Amino acid sequence: MKISNIGLLLLLLTSESLILSKGTAADQVDYNRQIRPLISNRCLACHGPDEGERKAGLRLDTFEGATKDLEGTHAIVPGKSDQSEILTRLLSQDPEERMPPPKKGKPLEPEQIELIRRWIDQGGKFDRHWSYIAPVKAPVPSVKDGKWAINEIDSFLLSRIEKEDLHPSPEADRRTLARRLSLDLTGLPPSWEAVLAFENDTRPDAYERYVAQLLAQPSFGEYWGQAWLDLARYADSSGYPSDQPREIWGYRDWVISALNRNLPFDQFTIDQIAGDLIPNPSQDQVIATAFHRNTMTQNEGGTNDEEFRIAAVIDRVNTSMSVWMGTTMSCAQCHTHKSDPLTQIEYFSLFDIFNQSADADRKDETPVLSFYTAEQKKERDQLSREISEIEKRLSDPNPAWKDGAHAWAERMSKAPSWQNPAPDRIDTKFEPGKAVPDGEGFVRIDKSVQFATYTVELPLPSGPISGLRVETRPVEGFGNFVLSSIQAEIVPPSGKADAKPQSVSFVSAKADYEQEGFPAASLLKSGKEKTGWAVAGATDRTHELILALKGSPTPTEGSRLRVVLEQKSTYANHLIGSFRLSVSTSRDLSDWIALPPSLSTILKKPSDKRSTDEQHLIVDYYLRHIAPETRPDRELLAAKTTAHEAIRPSSVPVMEELPAAERRETRVQIRGNWQNLGDVAHAGTPAAFPPLPKGSHPDRLGFARWLVSRENPLTARVTVNRFWESLFGVGIVSTSEEFGSQGEPPFHPELLDWLAVDFMEHGWDVKRLLTQLVSTRAYRQVSRVSPELMERDPENRLLARGPRFRPQGELLRDQALDVAGILSLKMGGPSVRPMAPNLGLSTAFGRSNDWVVSPGEDRHRRSVYTEVRRNSPYPSFTTFDAPNREVCTIRRNRTNTPLQAFVTLNDPVFVESSQAFARRIVAKVDAPNPEAKIRFACHTALSRDPDKKELDTLIRLHAEALSEFRRDAAAAESMATDPLGPADKGADLADLAAWTAVANVVMNLDEFLMRR
Amino acid sequence: MDKHSSPLHPKREAALRASTRRQFLSTTGQLSLGAIALEALTSGSALGAAASGDPLAPRRSQYRAKAKRVIYLHMSGAPPHLDLFDYKPALVKHSGEECPPSVLAGRTFAFTTGVPKLMGTPRSFAQYGKGGLWMSDAAPNFHTIADDICLIRSMSTSQFNHAPAELLLFTGFERQGRPSMGSWATYGLGSESENLPGFVVMISSGTQPSGGQGCWGSGFIPSVYQGVQCRSKGDPVLFASNPPGMSRDLRRKTLDALHELNSEQLSELNHPETATRIAQYELAYRMQTSVPGVMDISQEPQHVLDDYGAVPGGASFANNCLLARRLVEQGVRFVQLFDWGWDFHGTSPGSGITDGLTAKMAATDKPVAALIRDLKQRGLLDDTLVVWGGEFGRTPFREGRTAGSQVLGRDHYPDCFSLWMAGGGVKAGFSYGATDELGFSIAENPVDVHDLQATILHLLGFDHEKLIYRFQGRDYRLTDIHGRVIHDVLV
Repeated sequence: MKISNIGLLLLLLTSESLILSKGTAADQVDYNRQIRPLISNRCLACHGPDEGERKAGLRLDTFEGATKDLEGTHAIVPGKSDQSEILTRLLSQDPEERMPPPKKGKPLEPEQIELIRRWIDQGGKFDRHWSYIAPVKAPVPSVKDGKWAINEIDSFLLSRIEKEDLHPSPEADRRTLARRLSLDLTGLPPSWEAVLAFENDTRPDAYERYVAQLLAQPSFGEYWGQAWLDLARYADSSGYPSDQPREIWGYRDWVISALNRNLPFDQFTIDQIAGDLIPNPSQDQVIATAFHRNTMTQNEGGTNDEEFRIAAVIDRVNTSMSVWMGTTMSCAQCHTHKSDPLTQIEYFSLFDIFNQSADADRKDETPVLSFYTAEQKKERDQLSREISEIEKRLSDPNPAWKDGAHAWAERMSKAPSWQNPAPDRIDTKFEPGKAVPDGEGFVRIDKSVQFATYTVELPLPSGPISGLRVETRPVEGFGNFVLSSIQAEIVPPSGKADAKPQSVSFVSAKADYEQEGFPAASLLKSGKEKTGWAVAGATDRTHELILALKGSPTPTEGSRLRVVLEQKSTYANHLIGSFRLSVSTSRDLSDWIALPPSLSTILKKPSDKRSTDEQHLIVDYYLRHIAPETRPDRELLAAKTTAHEAIRPSSVPVMEELPAAERRETRVQIRGNWQNLGDVAHAGTPAAFPPLPKGSHPDRLGFARWLVSRENPLTARVTVNRFWESLFGVGIVSTSEEFGSQGEPPFHPELLDWLAVDFMEHGWDVKRLLTQLVSTRAYRQVSRVSPELMERDPENRLLARGPRFRPQGELLRDQALDVAGILSLKMGGPSVRPMAPNLGLSTAFGRSNDWVVSPGEDRHRRSVYTEVRRNSPYPSFTTFDAPNREVCTIRRNRTNTPLQAFVTLNDPVFVESSQAFARRIVAKVDAPNPEAKIRFACHTALSRDPDKKELDTLIRLHAEALSEFRRDAAAAESMATDPLGPADKGADLADLAAWTAVANVVMNLDEFLMRR
Repeated sequence: MDKHSSPLHPKREAALRASTRRQFLSTTGQLSLGAIALEALTSGSALGAAASGDPLAPRRSQYRAKAKRVIYLHMSGAPPHLDLFDYKPALVKHSGEECPPSVLAGRTFAFTTGVPKLMGTPRSFAQYGKGGLWMSDAAPNFHTIADDICLIRSMSTSQFNHAPAELLLFTGFERQGRPSMGSWATYGLGSESENLPGFVVMISSGTQPSGGQGCWGSGFIPSVYQGVQCRSKGDPVLFASNPPGMSRDLRRKTLDALHELNSEQLSELNHPETATRIAQYELAYRMQTSVPGVMDISQEPQHVLDDYGAVPGGASFANNCLLARRLVEQGVRFVQLFDWGWDFHGTSPGSGITDGLTAKMAATDKPVAALIRDLKQRGLLDDTLVVWGGEFGRTPFREGRTAGSQVLGRDHYPDCFSLWMAGGGVKAGFSYGATDELGFSIAENPVDVHDLQATILHLLGFDHEKLIYRFQGRDYRLTDIHGRVIHDVLV
C-alpha cells in the first residue's frame, strides 16, 4: 500500500480532518484507515464484540464473524461483493431490510458503500486496528528539497507538505526562537540577556547549545512535571465532599526530580506503577508509587469504604490504560467494549492486578511512607557530624577539666537540706472543706471535695532560696491525687517601698514516685503537656516532690513565700490528704535534682567504696553536665540535638501489596455495579495485546514491565505523541487520549511509528526526544500564516508553518511573575497558597474557606507548587481550562473567553505583577524619556524590540495615564501599590501607576499570552 | 454511537481552537452561524466547523423548543417532600409504629440503623388551585401558584448521599467529571446575550452545594460552557472589577492600546485566535458594565423588591430569585440557584420539619412565588422553564439518630421525592405520579432523574440521545445511558 493514496482517502472520508487537497482515488483499500472507522461507527453497536448487544448473531469486527454462515447467507464473501449480504442491506430501500436500521442512523453515503464494495472485492481482509500492531520504522521518505530537512522528522513532514503542493515557512528569527524554546522547555520566558546571547552566538551548534542549556535547568522538570501531574491527577486534597488535606507533595517533587534527572521513561513508568515491588526498592521508588495514591478517598459520613476503595481501583485501571496506552477502558467496566476488542472479564483481570494493594479508602490514607527530603537529609547529616564531633571532644576532654569533679561529687553525696517553717496562712478555695494543721508542719484536708486550690504562705529563711519541696502523707479516705499546678512568689514584708510580690519560676522537678503519664516535670510545662503530678500505684506511701528555683533568688529579710497549689485536673476527687511545704538553701539543688537515679546511688556510697567504673561514671557525668569548661560544648550539643530532632519527616501515601494470605478475590461487577458480582476474574492483560514479558508475574510489576516492553504496540506511540502535542499544539494523533478505534487515526502514521521505535531504541530518553523535536526545521518555522494556508490547514497538522498556541494558565502566571521580577525559584516542599479571591463560601461538610496566603516568597512560587484542592481549585487556573484533578486528564481544552481577560487584567496576582514590572521598568532605565523604558519592557516581556507604532501607542498610553494619575493621587497610590505594597520612599507614585497601566497592557498582549 | 448524531465535537473544538475562520466580527454573521450550526447538528456536515466561530453564538435546537431558557432552583440537602407535597394520611394514622420489615428489607440509610418508627407529617395539608394540588401549610406562598406548576410526586434517584445525588441530578452521573445540565444546554443552544455569560450560577445561605462546582462544571466539554458563578455581593463575576485606582476611562484607554497592538499582531501573523482575543477583551469590557448592571437590583421598583422580599446590597435567596429573572430577561440561557440548608434530619431546631421547615420556607417560598408571577406578567413564563426541587427525598420514618429529641427529622431517602416545574411547555396546575400508601415506593408513573433530564432537554428542543459529545472514544450525553421523556407532563 502506498501512503500517498491512503492519506488522501482518509482525508476524504473522515470528518475529523479537513480536506487539504484533492486528487485521484487509490486502488487498494486500507481496512484500518478506511473500512474500520466506518464499521466501527456505524455497525458495531449491534454487530460488535459485545455478545449481550449483538443482533442476529452477526459480528462485523472479525473476519470469522463477518464471513460466518448465517442461515445460508454471509455478510461478507471475500472477493465477491455481489454475494455479500452486507452490500444488499446497505443498498436496500426497504426500511425493514436496510442497514443501519432507520432508527439507528442514516444510510451510508454512496462513496462509503462503494469503498466497502471494493474492499470486499479485494479480498475483504481484516487487519488488526493500526495501534494494536507493533510499530516498525518505515524508511525515511525522500524529498525534493533535500536541504530543508534537519533530521528524519523533517523528511516525513516535508514529504507530506510537498505532496500537498505546499511549501514550508521560513525559519523564525533567533529572538522568536529563544522565547519559543524557553517557554516550551522550561515554562519560563528567557531573559533579554539570554536572548541576545543566543542571537549573537555564531557557533554552528549555537541552537543545540541553547536547547541543551534549557534542558539542564531545574525549571525544566517543574514545567514538564506540571503536565505529568494532570495525568497523575495529583492534588493536595482527598476529593469528594469533605476534600480533606492530603500530604502527598513528596510525589510531586519526585516527578520533578525524575524529569530533571532524565530518568528513562520506562523506568519512570515502572517506578510509579510498581516501585514498591522492585526488589530492594529505593525510598524514591516507593515514593513514586504515590502516582496511584492520587485517587480520591471518601470521608463523608454514611458512606461505604469498600465502595470507594473499588472506585479507586477502577480509577487506577482506567488511568493506567489511558496514560500509557491511550486506551479507554471505562466502557469495558460495565460491558464488553462495543468497538475495541476488550471484554468485561479482561477489564476485571486488570482490575485484579490493582485490587491487591493494602490501601482501603481510609481517612488516614494508610499505608504511608515517612521520609526526609534530600535537603533535610543533608541537614540531618550535617548536624549528626557536628554532634559526633562535640561528642568526641566531650569523651576525650582536657584532663584539667576534670579537676572540679571530686569536690562536686562530695557536695552531691549529701542530700540537700530542707527547712519546713510552719505556714502562717492557708487559704482554701473550697467550701465547706478546711485545711487544718496536722503536726510537723503538715496540713490536713478535712474533707475530700472535687477540686481544690490552696494558697499557703511560709516565712523564709535568710539567704538565697534554691528549692521548694512538697511532701505528702496518705490519709484515710483519700486515694490517688493529681497536683495540676504549683506556683510560687516571694512576698516582701509589708510596709516596704517595693513590696510587690516577685514571682519565681521552677527549672526542674523531681519526685520520688511518678504515675505513668503524670510526671513531676509536667508541672513545668504548659498546655496539653501539663498533665500534673500523680501517684497511682503508690497511694499508701509518703511522697516528695522537689522543685528547683530559677536563679536562687535572695529575698529581703522578713519575706515570705506564697505558694499556690492547684488540684484542678480533669479528675475530680483526686486530692492530696495531707501535705507539708519546705524550702531549701542548698546551692546545688538543681544539680542534685537532675541526677539520674543510678548516679544518685553511686554518690550515696562513701567515696572510697566506689569502683573505678563508678568513678569514671561520676567524672563523665560531671564533664557532660557540670564542668564550667565544657559549658560551650554542652550548650552547642543541646542546640544541635534539638535542631536534629526538629527536622520532622514528611509523609506520602504509597502502594503496598497485601500479603498472599489476604489477597482479594476479584469478580466481574455486572453492569459496573460493585454489589452485583459475576464470575471470578484472574489477574492478566487483555488478549488483544502481546502477553506479559517472559518471567513477569501478573501483578503490578509485571503489568508495568508489560506497559514498557518493546512488544507493547501503544506505550511508545502514545508517549511520543503526547510530547509532540505539547510542542506542536496538536498530536500526530489528535485524540491523544484515545488510540483505539474510536480515536482519530494518526495524521503522519509513519512518522509516529518512526518516533515511537526510535524512542524505544534510544532507551526511552525523554530529553533526547525533546531535543529531536525542537531541533526540527519544522519547529523553527515562523508561525505567520497566509489566509490560504489557514483555510487549507487550520489546525496546522501539516506543519507548513511554526506552531502557535495558548499555553496553560499556570505558565501564564509564572511568566507574569518572572517578567515582574518577583518569581521565587525555590523548589519543592509542601504546596503553597498564592493570593486568591475569597469566594465567601464553605464547602459542604468540609473545610471552610481557609485559604491563607503563604508568607514571603512562597506566594510567588511557580504554579506547580500551588496547593491543589479538588473542591475549590485555584480560580484563575480553572478559568484557563485547568482540570480539578479528580481524574486523569490527558488533554486540556484550550479556550479563549472573556473570563480569561478578567484574570490577566484584574486578578490581583496579575495586577501585582504589573506593579512589580512597573517598578522594574522605572528602576532599570534611568532615562527621562519613556521610549527606553518601553524598549526595556518589550525586551523583557516579549523578547523583542517594539516597532515605531507600538512605541507610539504605549508612549501615548503612558502620557494619558500619567496625566490622570497626576490629577488623582489616591488612585495613583492604589494603582502603584495595591496589592504589591509600599514603593520606595520618595517614589513618584503617579509615574509608577502609569507604568503599571502600561505593564498591564504589555502583559495582556496576544503575543504575551501566546507562545509563538 | 452513531457518528452522524455527534458532529459537534470535533468541529466545535476545532472552532474553539482556531475560532473566527471567516467573519466572527461580522454583524450579519449570527443568523447564518445559527443556521450552519443547525446544519452541523443534524447532518454531520463538515461545514459547521469551518464557519461557526463563536462557540457561544445562539443556535437553534434540534427541533422546535417549548422552553428557551431554564431557571433551576435547587434546594440543597433535600426538602422533606412528605411535609410539603406528598400527603400520606395512612402514614399519619400509623405514626409512631415501627416500620414494617417489608419496607426496610434491602434498603440502607445514611444515618439510620435498626427499626425506626413511622412518622406522619405534623403539618396540615389541603388541596390548592384548579388542579387540586396537595400542599402543606409550610409553604403558604406556593398555594398561590398552584395553578402554574406541574407537581411530580413520583421522582426517584439511585443515590442517597448528597454529593453523588446532586452530581447525578445535574450531570447524569454520580461522580465528578461530567458536563452539567446547564453546560449541555449552552453547548446545544449557545447564548442569546452578547454581554453576559450563557450559564449563570448563584448560591445563597453561605455554603456551596455538596456536589461542589461539578454541579455547574463543563466536565470534558470546553470550559466556555461551564456555569459562571455570579455573586450579589462583591465582584459579581470573578475579577470583573478593575484594580483599585484604575478608572473605567483609563481601562478603556488601556484596552484601546491593547486593541491597536493586537490588531497589528493580527495583520502581521494572521492568526484568527488573535481576532477572537480582541473580541473577548471587548466582551469583557462590556461585561464590566452589563454584569454589575444586571446584578444591581436597586434599579427595581420598590413593589417588585417587596414582592420578592429582596433587599438591595444583601445576599439572599430572594435576591437571587429576582436576579434570575433579570438575567433571563437579558438572554441568559440557564440560571441555576442553589440554596443551602435543606437537610432536615432534625439534629437541630433549624433542621426540624416543624419550626425549622416553617422558617426555611418563609425565607424561600415567597420569592419563588414572586418569580413565577413576575415571569408570567412579563410574558416570559411561556418559554422559561422553572424547576424547584432537591436531590432526593426524605424517609417516611423518623431519623434514627434523633429519635430521642424534641425535634422531628427525617433521613435521606432516594426512592421517592417530589419536585415541580413551571412554564416552558409543562402542564400547569397538574399533579403527576404517586407514591404508595406509606410513601416507601413509587406507586404510579415513576420519573427518575435521568427522565427529568431527558424531559428538560426535550423542552429545550433536544433529543437527549442526540445531544452528545465524544470524549476519550465514547459518546457522552447528559442522561448517560438512561432517560426517557415524560410526555404526560408536557403541554
